[in-house]
Amino acid sequence: MREAQNETVLVRDPPWGLVGYVSSPAEIYHACEALRDAGYKRFDAYTPFPVHGLEKAMGLKPSRLPFIVFGAALTGATAALSMMIWMNVIDYPMNIGGKPYMTLPSYVPITFELTILFSAFAAFFGTWGLSGLPKYFDPVMQHPLFGRASDDLFFISVQSDDPNFDYHKTSSFLAGLGVKDVQEVQP
Amino acid sequence: MSALTHHAGPYDQAESLRDDPRERAPLVLGGKGFHDLSEQVSDIVERRMVKPWLLLLIAAISLFLVLQGSLAKLVAVGVGTWGNNHPVGWAWDITGFVFWIGIGHAGTLISAILFLFRQKWRTSINRAAEAMTLFAVACALIYPAFHIGRVWMAYYLFPLPNQMNMWVNFRSPLLWDVFAVNTYGTVSLLFWFLGLVPDLATLRDRATTKARQVAYGIFALGWRGSHRHWLTYEKAYLILAGISTPLVLSVHTIVSFDFATSVLPGWHTTIFPPYFVAGAVFSGFAMVNTLMILARRAYGLENLITVRHIENMNKIIMATGTMVGYAYGMEFFIAWYSGSSYEKYTFIARAFGPYAWAYWTMVTCNVLIPQLFWIQKVRRNILITFIISIFVNIGMWFERFVIIVTSLSRDFLPSSWGYFRPTIIDISTFTGTFGLFFTLFLLFIRYLPMIALSEVKGVLPAADPHGHAHGHDDHGHAAQEAAHHA
Repeated sequence: MREAQNETVLVRDPPWGLVGYVSSPAEIYHACEALRDAGYKRFDAYTPFPVHGLEKAMGLKPSRLPFIVFGAALTGATAALSMMIWMNVIDYPMNIGGKPYMTLPSYVPITFELTILFSAFAAFFGTWGLSGLPKYFDPVMQHPLFGRASDDLFFISVQSDDPNFDYHKTSSFLAGLGVKDVQEVQP
Repeated sequence: MSALTHHAGPYDQAESLRDDPRERAPLVLGGKGFHDLSEQVSDIVERRMVKPWLLLLIAAISLFLVLQGSLAKLVAVGVGTWGNNHPVGWAWDITGFVFWIGIGHAGTLISAILFLFRQKWRTSINRAAEAMTLFAVACALIYPAFHIGRVWMAYYLFPLPNQMNMWVNFRSPLLWDVFAVNTYGTVSLLFWFLGLVPDLATLRDRATTKARQVAYGIFALGWRGSHRHWLTYEKAYLILAGISTPLVLSVHTIVSFDFATSVLPGWHTTIFPPYFVAGAVFSGFAMVNTLMILARRAYGLENLITVRHIENMNKIIMATGTMVGYAYGMEFFIAWYSGSSYEKYTFIARAFGPYAWAYWTMVTCNVLIPQLFWIQKVRRNILITFIISIFVNIGMWFERFVIIVTSLSRDFLPSSWGYFRPTIIDISTFTGTFGLFFTLFLLFIRYLPMIALSEVKGVLPAADPHGHAHGHDDHGHAAQEAAHHA
């Protein structure tokens, strides 16, 4: 579109987005609220620790992780019970001290343990799966100070594919929010 | 103050002990900011190797070699190298197993149960305590694995198709134990690693050498601290804490089933599950105190692991120690109340028989000495706390020894009574497990962040986005409405 308007404008791909930082949790909370209220959707905050309540300021929905874990818990319980019943009751019943074969109480501990084990795996791998990790490269890393996002700075990014994104308007909006050193990064 | 201290700012320990109901005492002393904490914690793994650490590591590895030698002897010769024999078929091996598993429990209590109770002071100690859990479970697993004798047959323990066409017996508490302990070890590892990832990212971002960058970079999984990720991460943390809580209670419960479901007098009691869990937490906190008191001093972490932290742990030690003492008393009452002469005799023999020395060592270390913690000055005295923690460690080893060996040595038939004496291999195996434990712990301190950095940053006053009066909405309706709208 740009190149159609004027031939002198440099032809190039749109940037991935804009990245800048603030230096306190209160500032990033404020900035996220402002972006949310301005109708932005594809923006993110990068913080050294989880800032309490930031998901509300960003307008994020709760994580879907609990549903995944619940499914895994049910799978674990079912797998444990069917394994034990099949092995000890159907495939090879062993008479040990005259104990009954089909005895649910003595199957409780292992059912419980495997329910926990499956849930823990789901919670662990679900976290990385839902977050798209491990990931080698993220465009935000191109900001020269981004290494401090794991130390003491609070970064904010707005992606160019957000419908509200406009290079100039968005950068001045961010600057107005007190976001420092706003830079464009490539995909 | 130690020579290794680099970052000890001016601060007063008394600040951590403030009891002003209007304001919480600070969890981090010295007015540290986010960057100061990154510096202080990362520096421990980034500084040059120091001599005392290296000497300790050499000592630990030497002990670990003793363990390897003992186990090699056992595999080469047979289980007879241990002193277990009729009538005491379980002795130091299971004592050592229960001892180490119990120590692990404090790590999970700190990381999971204190998290659910919103005890923010846990953040300074949870990482090291969880590491302690993992290493203790590793030590514990050695015992059942080698008690098999023919260790290459260890796969019999698992429900795997094998040449006998037989399955394991799922109605046996010993098999429940296999599942409980393995689940416990695995879940503890996942929980610990999940907590480590953001801190590994910090170390990656600070790395000055290629090797560090690659090593920490791989394990940091590309963590960037995106809040969309934090949101899932915190949910996972909560879920793992929620499932670890019943898990940790179940593990020692199931360990106690190994004994309680038998018909042996002295073992066959319903009080065992809660009594074992209380004892596990008791011994674990003592070990956390032993390790943390040394580590905070060696690395100048007194501003993060304050006297308040130590005092809180001492309170837990006192509470669980008292529960354990109650269980000791209640066992005697039930033995009398049961009317079973065998049961009664077992307990009389425990306190006044050939193992009376072990019984009274246990009572002194576990019930009497921790009662000193009723006195505030004792709870806040680091040296006395350290000494008491050692006593508790010893006492809890004796508790397992007393339960296991006294009950077995004198059962129903006087003709089959006996007295257990450990062999040199028994002793070297148990001593050697400390070598494994300390080798792993020293490597952990050197190469991984010992303090949960992102969590400690989160409990600083400056971490509260509502700490300063700004004009944004207060978590209230506006924010929620917007969230729904989104």
